[in-house]
Parts: sequence; C-alpha cells; structure tokens
Amino acid sequence: MAETDPIVIRGLNHWFGQGEARKQALFDINLSVAKGSLTVLVGPSGSGKTTLLTLMGCLRDVQDGSVRLLGHELMGAKLALIEALRRRTGVIFQAHNLHESLTAMQNVLMGLQVHGLRRTPQTEAAARHMLALLGLADRADYLPANLSGGQKQRVAVARALVGNPDVVLADEPTAALDREAGLAVVRMLKRLGQSRGTTTVMVTHDPRILDLADRIVEIDEGRLI
Amino acid sequence: MSRLLERLFGRLPIGWLQLMHRRTRFIAALAGVAFANVLVFVQVSLMNSMSLATLRPYDFFQADIMISAQDANSLSEGGNVARQWMFQAMQDPEVTAGMGLMMANVSWPRVQKTLALTTFGVDPEQRGFLAPGIAEKVGLLQIRDTALLDRLSRGLPRDEAAAIRPQSPTRFEVSGKTLTISDTFAGGGGFGGDGFMIVSDQTFLDLFPARSSAAPDHILLQVAPGADPDRVVTRLRKIITDKAVRIRSYAAAKAEDLVYQQTKRPTGIIFGFGVLIGVLVGIVIVYQVLSADVADHLSEYATFKAMGYPRRFFLGVVFEEALILAFLGFFPGAIIGTAILTLMRKATTLPLTMTPGMAATVFLATLVTCVVSGAIATRRLSSADPADLF
Repeated sequence: MAETDPIVIRGLNHWFGQGEARKQALFDINLSVAKGSLTVLVGPSGSGKTTLLTLMGCLRDVQDGSVRLLGHELMGAKLALIEALRRRTGVIFQAHNLHESLTAMQNVLMGLQVHGLRRTPQTEAAARHMLALLGLADRADYLPANLSGGQKQRVAVARALVGNPDVVLADEPTAALDREAGLAVVRMLKRLGQSRGTTTVMVTHDPRILDLADRIVEIDEGRLI
Repeated sequence: MSRLLERLFGRLPIGWLQLMHRRTRFIAALAGVAFANVLVFVQVSLMNSMSLATLRPYDFFQADIMISAQDANSLSEGGNVARQWMFQAMQDPEVTAGMGLMMANVSWPRVQKTLALTTFGVDPEQRGFLAPGIAEKVGLLQIRDTALLDRLSRGLPRDEAAAIRPQSPTRFEVSGKTLTISDTFAGGGGFGGDGFMIVSDQTFLDLFPARSSAAPDHILLQVAPGADPDRVVTRLRKIITDKAVRIRSYAAAKAEDLVYQQTKRPTGIIFGFGVLIGVLVGIVIVYQVLSADVADHLSEYATFKAMGYPRRFFLGVVFEEALILAFLGFFPGAIIGTAILTLMRKATTLPLTMTPGMAATVFLATLVTCVVSGAIATRRLSSADPADLF
C-alpha cells in the first residue's frame, strides 16, 4: 500500500440507520488503489460494494476511519474541498441520470462546464469527440427520451470522462450495454489508465470485465475478503 | 433564446431548457404569472386613480393655506369653520386674500341615471382662487341660480356636455329651484360622486338654506408672492387658537387627504389588499411551478452535485426559472391589464391609466415576487442527495 495512491482507505467502518435500527454496512476496510489501475469490486448484492464506492467518491460522509482521495482526507472535509474533489472524479451511475431537457451534447458539455469551461468550438469539439468514441456521433443533438437505454448509458460515460477526471468511479456501467459496447467502454477506461493515469474503480457483476481488471477486490457482508 | 441566455449566464441555460421541455406546464405557469400581474395592474391603477380623483378637486382652486375643521380629514369631510377666522388670518401681513369654500352634494335626476354632483360654492368676485379654465367662466355665476358643470361627469353624454354653452344652457330642478348650467369645465368622476359643479356662494345658500355664509366648509388663503406658506401657517396657528380648526398649507392638506384616502378609507385599504392578494397569488403560483420543477429534477440535480456543481449553481438555475417566468409573464399581464383598464376607464370615467412608472413598479414587484418564490423553492434542493442515486 502506498500512501501516495489516489485512493487510500484505513480502518473504515460505516453504519446506516439510527438507534435500534442502526446496522453496520462496512467493517474495518483497508484498501489502497494504485494510480492508473482498473480495480473491480465484486460481491453479492448488499455486500457493501456501492457504499464503499460512494464513500470513495465523497458522495457520503465518512463516519469512522479514514478515506484519502487524491491526497485529501475526506473525514470531516469541508464542502468546498468535497466539491473540488468531486470535480476531479468522474462518476458513472447504473442509472444513466441524464438531464431530460438537455441533448446528448449538452449533457456531455455539463461535464466540462463544471470546470468553468464555457461552450466554445473547442469544448464542443471535445464533447463531440467523446461522443464519437462511444459511437454516438450521430446522436449528439438527441434528447435522452429519443435514445435507447444503451445509448443513454454511453452518453453518461462520455459525460463522466470528458473532463479528464483523475479517478473514475463506476457502478455497473455496462449493465445496460450489449457485449461489444460494454467491452468497448471498459477498454476505454483501461486505455485512459495507461495513457493518462486515470484510476478506475468499478462495481460490476459482469464476468466479461473481470479479465480486463488489474485487480479484483471481493467484498462480502461489509468485509474485504 | 437558448443561445442568448447561454451568453447571458455564461453556462447552459438549464432553467430555460427545463421550462421549455414541459411546455404545457410552462404556458400554464406564464398564464398564472400574467393573471397575478393583471390583478396587481388593476389594483395599482385603481389606487392611482383614487389618488388622482382625490387630488382632482384641489386643482380647481389656487390657494396657499387652508383652514378646516379639526375633523376634516378630506375636502368633503368634517364640520364647518367660522368665517371670522378668515378675517383674523387676513390680519397677517403676508396673507393677501381669503375665500370661504362651501361644499355639498347635489343630485341631478336624469332619465337614465341620477348624477351625484359634488358642488362647491365660491365667491365669484374671488376669481384669483379659481384655476385657469374655471376662473374665466366664473363671471357667469354672478347670475343667481347659475352653475358650471363638470363636462367629464360620469353618466353625462359627451355630446350633451359639449352642447352646453352660455348661449345654449341646460336646466334642471334641484330643491325646488331651477338651476341653469351655463358652461362647463373639465373635472372627472371620482369615488365620491359622478362629477363636480361650481356655483356662487349665494346660489349655494339658496340651494342649501340650512347653511350659513358665516360657516363655510373650508377657508382658502393666499399669501404674498415670495412668502413661505409654512411660515405663515406657523404664525396663524398662534393667532387662531381655536382647537376646533386645523391650519395647513394647501399642499399639506392635499398630501394628508391622499394618505387618509389610501390608508384610512375602506376603498384605499381594499385596493391595498387587492395589490397584496395579487402579489401573494403570484408568489403561490411561481412557488408551485418552481418547487414542482425542482422535485421533478431532484435526481438530475443530485447527479450534478455528484459531479461537483456547487450549491450556487442550483440556486442559479431556480432563480433563472423565476426570472424567466417574471419576464415572460409580465408582458401578457401588462397587455391584458391595459385592455381591462381601458374598458374600466370608459365605463367609470375614473382616471384609470397605466403609466410607465406604474408599469415599471409592477415589473419590479413581479421580479421580486418571482425571486422570493424561487428562494422558497430552493429549500427543496437540499433533498437532492447524490448518495441516493446508487
């Protein structure tokens, strides 16, 4: 474990609920994710994979233990730091969560606008390029309602990656994709790791992806195995 | 429009795009804002017309100081004033002239409608106290039982009013006397009557035998050129020690009457509440639209939060929607409001107009209303939790 790794977790415990209903979801998690690697989190439903992913992405408050993301401690971190770290993190959700009123292009541009980049020919070209890499060049001006489930998911991937994040956190990103599209997305993440050093942590049940992973981390009942 | 807003905000106009995405709801929201605007427009215009109507009769006269009964909150209210105070006031070296002003209501029964005329009794010799437009005709009042009629009286056909001339007067019976209307002047219906009429003090006393020339309703005074009416008023208050009278400058009397009409009289209070209700209706409508919109987009907002968008971004989106509703709802509201006011003006002869200043005030009020609604609606943004997306 290197302390300089983009994600370093020490003695992490997490609970849900209050009082009698309080239930521990994660137990003494210790994990370090190397820069540029593709790490796959596997485990049965309810094992705590997604909880761990959301804690890494500063989408939940750390209750006990330590989570360091890109060199910053998340325990007790201020909102401004959390927002800054979120901007350096690309999150791909299982549900695409595209904005229904925005076209595919505009949804991808939101991934650049968060960095303060206004719409310019350059940012438009970057967004179009990302959509083209995901096979959506001809769908740039479509609203999500007019895209298939797989196309929406690929737009969500483009939105997460267009800002060149340091870390990508993906929750079942290939669930809505066919075999070829799913593999293409994972290969793209793999290439980003090799070329730019983008670190990817992915939750998946898809056995096709495991072959591409640099590391497979198994979790069961809130404990790393 | 989208590109324009994008340039204006320096980001994708999410609020505009959200509103346009659900057009039926957007149009309904605009109709709601326009409706609230119409309410406010009409009420504000009624308030304004009340102000104008209140001040209108003051403009028939030219005076610097007015002595009234202590309970005379307006021109038409209060007891009488002893004429002796006029003579006492004229002892002041800077008071140059005085005139008693008498007031009462006269009914003119007509076939279609009985006109209620607020009637002033004035001294025809004191034409300096009368405004131009009236002063040059007041000589006609030297003839007993003669009157000048407000040609803008509500219910008086314009062609009939235009036909009234000294050579072709009209007559009507009042209190068993025949009153001859020899000429007209421009007054205008108010909230207290259909119009105005001016007669000589002698004719007034003939019409109202119970009244006395020794006790007019108000005393009007004029001061020497260059004299400060307020300083004269201060001096007169020392000379006239009767607690039953109030001595004010003519300008102060007008201003106090206006405040009284707006804040103490039922009509003013009702119009004030009308404006308030319009604003509240606007707040409720815009809040409903915005809060429903926030609720519909919570998962998208949570996604943007997960991407690192700060809270001010979401506030910006909600306020963007609020401002769009304010801008686009204002114009149909202004057009419909103006049309309604035009119809009301024709029906009532009240000075119901939409001045640019009033329109600007209503527009500002609309902006504030929408921003307040937006501020309330932003409370729902805290429900957008990115952790809930997983």
